[in-house]
Amino acid sequence: MAIFLTKESKVIVQGMTGSEGQKHTKRMLASGTNIVGGVNPRKAGTTVDFDGSPAPGGAGGTPTQVPVFGSVKEAMEATGADATVIFVPPKFAKDAVIEAVDAGIGLAVVITEGIAVHDTAHFWDYACQKGNKTRIVGPNCPGLITPGQSNAGIIPGDITQAGRIGLVSKSGTLTYQMMYELRDLGFSSAVGIGGDPVIGTTHIDALKAFEADPDTDLVVMIGEIGGDAEERAADFIKANVTKPVVGYVAGFTAPEGKTMGHAGAIVSGSSGTAQAKKEALEAAGVKVGKTPSETARLARELLGG
Amino acid sequence: MDLFEYQARDIFAKHDVPVLAGEVIDTPEAAREVTERLGGRAVVKAQVKTGGRGKAGGVKLASDPADAVEKAGAILGMDIKGHTVQKVMLAQTADIAEEYYVSFLLDRTNRTFLAMASVEGGVEIEEVAATKPEALAKIPVDAIEGVTDAKAREIAEAAKFPAELTDQVVNVLKKLWDVFIREDALLVEVNPLVKTGDGKVIALDGKVSLDENADFRQADHAALEDKAAANPLEAAAKAKGLNYVKLDGQVGIIGNGAGLVMSTLDVVAYAGEAHKNVKPANFLDIGGGASAEVMANGLEIILGDPDVKSVFVNVFGGITACDAVANGIVQALELLKSKGEDVNKPLVVRLDGNNAELGRKILTDAAHPLVQQVDTMDGAADRAAELAAK
Repeated sequence: MAIFLTKESKVIVQGMTGSEGQKHTKRMLASGTNIVGGVNPRKAGTTVDFDGSPAPGGAGGTPTQVPVFGSVKEAMEATGADATVIFVPPKFAKDAVIEAVDAGIGLAVVITEGIAVHDTAHFWDYACQKGNKTRIVGPNCPGLITPGQSNAGIIPGDITQAGRIGLVSKSGTLTYQMMYELRDLGFSSAVGIGGDPVIGTTHIDALKAFEADPDTDLVVMIGEIGGDAEERAADFIKANVTKPVVGYVAGFTAPEGKTMGHAGAIVSGSSGTAQAKKEALEAAGVKVGKTPSETARLARELLGG
Repeated sequence: MDLFEYQARDIFAKHDVPVLAGEVIDTPEAAREVTERLGGRAVVKAQVKTGGRGKAGGVKLASDPADAVEKAGAILGMDIKGHTVQKVMLAQTADIAEEYYVSFLLDRTNRTFLAMASVEGGVEIEEVAATKPEALAKIPVDAIEGVTDAKAREIAEAAKFPAELTDQVVNVLKKLWDVFIREDALLVEVNPLVKTGDGKVIALDGKVSLDENADFRQADHAALEDKAAANPLEAAAKAKGLNYVKLDGQVGIIGNGAGLVMSTLDVVAYAGEAHKNVKPANFLDIGGGASAEVMANGLEIILGDPDVKSVFVNVFGGITACDAVANGIVQALELLKSKGEDVNKPLVVRLDGNNAELGRKILTDAAHPLVQQVDTMDGAADRAAELAAK
């Protein structure tokens, strides 16, 4: 078991024929993802050859020819795909997500960084109106990985191994750092939810899934300044999560009113501070590390390692 | 990007929100002609991106053109909460009977938009929200449906605007929503929205914040940027396409990934507690690629900061391989030397993740006298803080 993504997942890539899409499809294949197709209306009917040579940050794999379809719907009909990874440029991202939602695919992982927030608000609203049948992860996220089974996005496939820790994070590199620090223990699934002001899957969604996942014993939750997602996650943990949760929050030294890299990482007035998030999490019984390595140590102690 | 009041006024006018005539100037003398154009009287308003300018003496009524020159002279150059007044707006005077508040903003929590409105405007709205929450109506606005006639009426009624003003308020709300949507705004706020003595509803002061991610379809937004106020290092970094924020400490920071860099700042600040309280000097995310050129650009900005005493390069190789990063550092130092830059600040480098051992070996073999390696993030932060405190 794992959350959101397993070895059964059949994954397509929107934007596979572009340079980023191609590079990361190669990496996803190398880490074992069952990639069944790409989508590009202008190249429908062609295939893209992946030669199985080692990908950056990963091993090689079996040489594969991936067919390109004209739409998400066609790809789903032809392959039974149930997940899509979206690499299209920001200005086309809204249409790409809406296409995925219209096709009724179960999971849409939006890697694209720099999408206008009105576009994200629009496609989120659209997905809600369509009954939330498509789980949206991101945007501006590294995607998710279930080590040893499947990898949908840009998370390096060989940092860690399968294990019993669940990870949910707003930040990509902090996800990698944490996976690396705890690589000997391994992860059930790691979900990068993204650093934009409006995102699909939240900390709470991932916590709920990890709580229900029999193969997850502990959850590491990484947050950062901006918004109140961590505070709401703290309330959720207090009421609903029985498994131990370890937390980390980045951005204690961030000045007010400055965007720190991620579009959503901004302290506005007195709201969205790292201190408030840490206090909320601690009040919910979450052990919060001062640094990434201390956070890893806390997780290790709780797992009796 | 937050706009000045005069820029907000111009955008409001462009979308037919009722506003008063106004012009921006940056010398006292220019006030004379503008005031004459405005009918001989004007309100002189400091243009600063902070609240509370009225209390600070940044808003004055000028009774004639000569008075306007004097008042503009007094306000230009004034310091308001750390912001030096570079420009003033001269606005037509208004006979104010009532002051209200309306805004549209992004509601992150509910992943939609929100309208806020109150008949108790003209004061800090945070204060109204805190002391008299029932006086501030909050109405969610569906992102796809937007502000229809019915939605605008719902907002006006929820805020208890007087019935005789409803049609005017509905019109203002719909026009402001046009601003919000068509300009890709994150915030459109009018405070105060006023009723004049003759019963007209006018947006007297506005605040607009724009989404820079929408610049691809908002070609005219780039011109709204306040280049004069930008920190020179931030401006130089932006010109090189770097994600950089100047802070007030002594340890220069370079890292990959926004979250890891934020975390690096925090870890350096903790380490600094034991080393004369040194703090991070900047935020700089060189992103996934981390080529020699990007590394050189980043180092050049950081070494050009006179406050920086040491530099901490903190890289976790995810997709990026650490050997590429190490080569980038070596080449960057050579590049800077060949450009005649005086590279004389110690660099503490921590490489971890993909090909870390290879990367470390490259730096060890290069044996650059200024480069030191520490294997852990916490250890490296401590070393960088110690060097900055020397």
